[in-house]
Amino acid sequence: MTERKIRVLIAKPGLDGHDRGAKVIARALRDAGMEVIYTGLRQSPEMIAEAALQEDVDAVGLSILSGAHMTLVPRVLELLRANQQGDVPVFVGGIIPEADIPALQTMGVAEVFGPGSFTSTVAEAVRRVVEARSTTP
Amino acid sequence: MPPNPADLVAQALTGNRLALARLLTLVESQTDSAIEALNLIFPATGNAHRVGITGAPGTGKSSLTNKLAQTVRRRGETAAILAVDPSSPFTGGAILGDRIRMRECAGDPGVFIRSMASRGALGGLSLTTNAAAEVLDGVGFDWILVETVGTGQAEVEIASLAHTVIVVEAPGLGDEIQAIKAGILEIADLILVNKADQPGALRTESALMAAFHAAERPAYRHHSDIDQSGIIPPTSKDGWSIPILRTNAIDGEGVDAVLARVLEHRTFLQESGQWQAKETQRMQHAFEQSLRHALYTAWHDALPGDAYDDLLRQLNNRAISPQQLARQTVQAWLTGSKSESNRHIS
Repeated sequence: MTERKIRVLIAKPGLDGHDRGAKVIARALRDAGMEVIYTGLRQSPEMIAEAALQEDVDAVGLSILSGAHMTLVPRVLELLRANQQGDVPVFVGGIIPEADIPALQTMGVAEVFGPGSFTSTVAEAVRRVVEARSTTP
Repeated sequence: MPPNPADLVAQALTGNRLALARLLTLVESQTDSAIEALNLIFPATGNAHRVGITGAPGTGKSSLTNKLAQTVRRRGETAAILAVDPSSPFTGGAILGDRIRMRECAGDPGVFIRSMASRGALGGLSLTTNAAAEVLDGVGFDWILVETVGTGQAEVEIASLAHTVIVVEAPGLGDEIQAIKAGILEIADLILVNKADQPGALRTESALMAAFHAAERPAYRHHSDIDQSGIIPPTSKDGWSIPILRTNAIDGEGVDAVLARVLEHRTFLQESGQWQAKETQRMQHAFEQSLRHALYTAWHDALPGDAYDDLLRQLNNRAISPQQLARQTVQAWLTGSKSESNRHIS
């Protein structure tokens, strides 16, 4: 019983009220054997960073459909770094225009998943990135 | 890179919240490093008031925990919350959703919220919830609020961990036969009828009261017998009168009264000597749990190669019952280790 469980925070920053996608992903990661901390709608970047810290998560998933991703995502990344959790991989899902994806990845986002992504693809990506991080010193 | 337990404990004791969070992860892992860390922090424990919050799914445990933490903060004291949700028995995964109701605590450095998955344990907590509470106690939180899994009728593990157990009920969950069954209501130090603004709250309250009074006096009473404060002292437990209180946790109504009763319970426990008795019981419980685990591990580790498979084969052939096999195996192990220690002596 010493296997380290993967703990993931699924959060919805900003003001859009569409949480179906976040819930589907939370459920899919649960079914992939992960512990998913789900914090609900309308979280500020500060609340997300605080939850990531207190819960000592291995990854953070942000679901954004409001179009405010270019404002919210860098703020979350900045706060994670300020808490010495800059190495925690961040995934983004929702409505993200193709054109913004390279910029998000340059900021430090691990991967971006849009509509139509398979939940199994998301779960595999989370596991792969988290396991790669825990094996690098 | 695995964190060094001594460093983590030292940093957590200085108030480093990331170190505290990592220490909790370490403790959940149940490794030898976890045991080392717990041993280092143990001398600093024993100061927090541990309150258990339990009840059926959807009765309002998380909302109550949230408001209780804020009420404690208004007294200038700090609160750590351990919120347990169930793990899937099939995949081991879990949705930990208690923080949704606790957003009002966000940004408050005097509150620390940690979600835990039950990881296969059946008593409403996880195997490491007590150890996590020790860590939070050790780093100096005044209160530790432990919210259990949404319980059925018999998840009473919380009683061995908490000084004060609050059982949260809500309207519409059952009649007075539910209220007189053995199990969860027996461990209550306080009973709340939450969602008191909803239809049926008074009926739930009177069913609980009737059940608690049944042993003492007639269930039918004139309404003028009811204390004007709305609080009737029902059946007592070891000399403590268990209050039944109405709350509406989502807007905080009645929560000040709950904390007042919890504080009275603390005084009662301390004056009657039961506080110390509970501390002893809890440590004994943790010791025995660890002892069982350590003995099993020691036995299992001492087995040569495929000896365990041989044991299972005996069971599959129905050559021996599991009970008899366990007894024989332990006897053989004890005899074996005795002769081995004799060899060392001679």
